[in-house]
Amino acid sequence: MNLNLKKESLRKVNETLQSIDRKSNKKIFKISNPDGNHAICAGLKDEIEVTIDGHTGYYCAGMNMNANIIVNGNVGTGVAENMMSGTVHVKGNASQSAGATAHGGTLIIDGDTSSRCGISMKGIDIIVKGSVGHMSAFMAQSGNLVICGDAGDALGDSIYEANIFIKGKVKSLGADCEEKKMNKKDQNILRSLLKKASINESEIKNFKMYGSARKLYNFNIDNVSEY
Amino acid sequence: MCGIVGIYLKNKKYNSQLGKFLTGMMNSMATRGPDSAGFAIYSSEKKKKYKYSVCSNTDQVKEISKKLSKQVKDIKVKSISDHLIIETAMKPKKFIEILKNHDELSLVGYGSCIEIFKQVGNPKDVVKNFSLEKFSGSHAIGHTRMATESAITTDGSHPYSTGEDECLVHNGSLSNHNNLRRSLQKKGIEIKSLNDTEVAAGYISNGLIDKKSLKETLLDGLKDLDGFYTFISGTKNGMAIVRDEIACKPAVVAETKDYVAIASEFQAMAHLPNVNSAKIFEPEPGKVYSWGK
Repeated sequence: MNLNLKKESLRKVNETLQSIDRKSNKKIFKISNPDGNHAICAGLKDEIEVTIDGHTGYYCAGMNMNANIIVNGNVGTGVAENMMSGTVHVKGNASQSAGATAHGGTLIIDGDTSSRCGISMKGIDIIVKGSVGHMSAFMAQSGNLVICGDAGDALGDSIYEANIFIKGKVKSLGADCEEKKMNKKDQNILRSLLKKASINESEIKNFKMYGSARKLYNFNIDNVSEY
Repeated sequence: MCGIVGIYLKNKKYNSQLGKFLTGMMNSMATRGPDSAGFAIYSSEKKKKYKYSVCSNTDQVKEISKKLSKQVKDIKVKSISDHLIIETAMKPKKFIEILKNHDELSLVGYGSCIEIFKQVGNPKDVVKNFSLEKFSGSHAIGHTRMATESAITTDGSHPYSTGEDECLVHNGSLSNHNNLRRSLQKKGIEIKSLNDTEVAAGYISNGLIDKKSLKETLLDGLKDLDGFYTFISGTKNGMAIVRDEIACKPAVVAETKDYVAIASEFQAMAHLPNVNSAKIFEPEPGKVYSWGK
């Protein structure tokens, strides 16, 4: 089914996608002329596939559940913010705060992202094939951020229990973020994420892992019985 | 919030459509700044002539023209909405003094190729009032304002111009503008309003007076201007953009072989020719990008 944003209103298009009749077999949708509109494909909750042909504005695919969304273009601030499950694949670049606060699902970005990628992420897997800007994985709580390029200043500032895998250079680390030794389990996590993004698994050896030094937040494993 | 836009045409074939392009950009940014709007248009330089963009609070244009032509010989007055574009060979120092005797007129900007218009109201109405669509030129800069630092008045609207053929639009806010205003005023830079952006415009003028390039001045600004900002600055030769090191305030650039467009959001450029095949990127924090002759 084709949805043309030049002909139909954004609200109408989103409503159509948000209220899929589960008995129908309509599973594949295409959106044309996104023209940088905000909140395209926000709040989808069914297992459908949507391809957006062009560049989108803010909060594209926000709060996504189950849907598989492909963007043939760039996305604005907050792509897949607060995503719960499903997949969002951006073929171009992403702006700030990609995958912000997202609880689950997979976000793949073929290009670069600007600052604060994965800010406060809570379980999402983000794979960026290019580089990320400053303050990425800021206060990241859970999930994995894979960066195939470089990272800007203050990577992983105030990070909790999320993992950062990076192949390129880190301009600087944020407070309480440190390099970790990758064990078999970590390697398996990275392997499956690279596979999801169709990246050669042999690249694993070129990645480093970063995580929390656990000195900043009020959790000390030695005191675990006290909590 | 505020919306900022700028467009620089590399290919002259689009010059006659400059106003049309900017109208689309401003209309789409109306949601980011519904309080007031303004724009600066750069067209070809008129040798030995100056254009003074003036906001008038009276509709008696003919009388004003008469009065002025008694004081200034070769004067040509064009009236658009509540603005007058006064063309004369008289040099700025002298003419600005004459304008000061006219309480009903306030100078918005001047130079050999710049024209500036700004007005309180929704940007969609403002661009209509000034018939922006009909303008042609080489480059243009626009602003839609959501007021934060000073009142919703024409004085508080962007673009700000504190020097010949200069202009500045700003998305963000500055926190050290009071101190900076005082020190710039001591150096002789005229700053009329209580607005933070006008201080930044004055800062740039001061740098240019000190024979620094626009790029150098903007780089110095990263140290001296405290606050959040994405600036687009225009001169008769072109335009530049800079974002502060934190880069909270958005900006997108789209560059094709024919033009360079800058906007707070991509949707402001979606109507531009071949934009989907343009090179699209976000300016990096603390880096100055410039385009021009």
